[in-house]
Amino acid sequence: MTARPGLWRVGMAVYARDLRLAFRRWEQAVQPVVFLLMVATLFPLALSPEAAQLRGVAAGVLWVAALLASLLALEFLFRADHEDGSLEQLVLSGHPLGWLSIFKVLAHWTISGLPLVLVSPVVATSLAVPASALAVVMLSLLLGTGVLSFVGGAAAALTLGVKRGGVLVSVLTLPLVMPALIFGAQAADLAIMGESARGPLLLLLALLVLSVSLAPLAIAAALRIGVE
Amino acid sequence: MWTWFHKLASPPHFYRIAGLTIPAFSWAAGLLVAAGLYGGLVLAPPDYQQGEGFRIFYVHVPSAILSMFVYATMAIAAAIGLIWRMKLAHAVAAASAPIGAWFTACALATGSIWGKPMWGTWWVWDARLTSELILLFLYLGYLGLRSSFDDLQRADRASAVLAVIGIVNLPVIHYSVVWWNSIHQGSTLLTPGAMPIAMKWPALCMLAGFALFYGAVLFVRLRGEVVRRERSAAWLREVLVK
Amino acid sequence: MQDSGRQTGLEARSVHAWRGDRHVIRGLSLRVTPGHCLHLAGPNGVGKTTLIRILAGLIRPEDGSVLWRGEAVGHDPDAFHADTAFLGHDNALKADLSPLENLAFWSALAGRPAAAVAATLGAFGLQACLGLPVRVLSAGQKRRVALARVALSGASLWLLDEPFTNLDTGGIRLVEAQLAQHLAAGGMAVVAAHQPVTPDQGEVRRMELS
Repeated sequence: MTARPGLWRVGMAVYARDLRLAFRRWEQAVQPVVFLLMVATLFPLALSPEAAQLRGVAAGVLWVAALLASLLALEFLFRADHEDGSLEQLVLSGHPLGWLSIFKVLAHWTISGLPLVLVSPVVATSLAVPASALAVVMLSLLLGTGVLSFVGGAAAALTLGVKRGGVLVSVLTLPLVMPALIFGAQAADLAIMGESARGPLLLLLALLVLSVSLAPLAIAAALRIGVE
Repeated sequence: MWTWFHKLASPPHFYRIAGLTIPAFSWAAGLLVAAGLYGGLVLAPPDYQQGEGFRIFYVHVPSAILSMFVYATMAIAAAIGLIWRMKLAHAVAAASAPIGAWFTACALATGSIWGKPMWGTWWVWDARLTSELILLFLYLGYLGLRSSFDDLQRADRASAVLAVIGIVNLPVIHYSVVWWNSIHQGSTLLTPGAMPIAMKWPALCMLAGFALFYGAVLFVRLRGEVVRRERSAAWLREVLVK
Repeated sequence: MQDSGRQTGLEARSVHAWRGDRHVIRGLSLRVTPGHCLHLAGPNGVGKTTLIRILAGLIRPEDGSVLWRGEAVGHDPDAFHADTAFLGHDNALKADLSPLENLAFWSALAGRPAAAVAATLGAFGLQACLGLPVRVLSAGQKRRVALARVALSGASLWLLDEPFTNLDTGGIRLVEAQLAQHLAAGGMAVVAAHQPVTPDQGEVRRMELS
């Protein structure tokens, strides 16, 4: 028996492996961003290209589109590992499963959540959001996509034994992330109207702290059920 | 206490007890609901603001309270099932979910009907109605997850984790929706003095009746669950053939 | 706790397990001590996989207990798993990564030096495909990579479920050589297989499930 590697090393190994896998298939990894851009294009076409009207719905459109985009990739968060037997090995690795799952979720967020945050200023500008509000829009999405990844990760882990879990993952995740949507869209909206968004942003941060600390427990329990 | 609990949780014993309890619960529920309806629809005076329209309150409020009570029961039973691996607890959670979903649907439907005379429209995005709607989504997710597993044990355990996640989230969902928007009237039933006695007792009757109705339906469904789970057990064959 | 075998090895005591409606394993007990290999045999569907997954801690038995070095596995599962290597039906390999990358990850998790990976893969006859994506390997080569992961783990207990699947005779001989080395060094193994298990060192006990 050799010395056990430290928790950080193990976590980073999981994180690095998942990123590497995603980059080998980057065409798939960029799909949520493409989806967000396309959905954001639909609204001016469907409503009106008029700036004042777009600005009124921009916060909601952006948030709903980002939420749906990040749901897309969620199903595959644990599914590939489940199918090729890697998940069993992670469960049996002798490291805390909740800890490992944090890094899997973080890798997933880096691939599918962070790009949404990064393109959000572009999308927001196209929806007539003033430049002064872009920072708050990005910050709200930064916190919000984090909540989504962790809560959605629990839903994805729960559906592992199910043959086709795509819609089910969304059905399980959406009611749980509605608070994040409420505060996120509210923060963005306040910023667009030129008011302080401090309150909803802090609540969003609280939601993130809550989901980062509790979701891994649920994910670990669900993964154990998944490999049984 | 613990041995008593264990004995109750043994399927054959439970099956027998449940069979005895169901008629008692059903009769009590029927009588209480009948009394509550008579008191609420005939004896209680009309509301000085809302007139006769307020009487839907006697169905709406008990349904809404039960919808949350059943979810809490379901989550607690699920947690017990997860921690102590008690099959009967999983069965309680499984049997409660559809009942709770119906109470939620009733609360939503009656709330919507009540909204027509009060707010002049069938649906408003009021905080309590919206959290009730999200509660319905949680129930539907639970039922959806449970039904997508072939293996009963996996279904039990995965849906139990979901129920626990849901109960942790419910207060968060509720308060975020309340801060988001509220035009719903505050709780009058549980505030002392907010309601005259003639209006209040039928409501409490209805609430007790609904709770007993839940108990009766729960036991009927539980017997079904027990039969499904113990279908190869010898005792069941004896009971059913008898 | 009287004899040393209990303190050092793996033990299962009257384990029961159901798969769905079937009571697959009824009151099974077994013991594996250092230098010994337990060969689980028997026709399909008698519960070899279930048993090995119970021993690994993936399935909790309905009744009975599994003990590792004299203590229930449930007491400190992480310590038990840190000293165990499990090979299931699936190889736990990523098709888009090379054997080298795949095993570098698992050996990092096991806390083994990365330098050993290439040498072990070489010992399994995979020198030629170290850098190719696993996708292009044959089924037998993939199995060899998965077995190399077990050999790399440095664990004292190997739990192998059908390790010889897809292997040619040369591959089987390689695995047996590795197993012999493991047993000679005081390791333990539980192997579920239809083929005979004949390492030239260590003691193999056959257990017929029915």
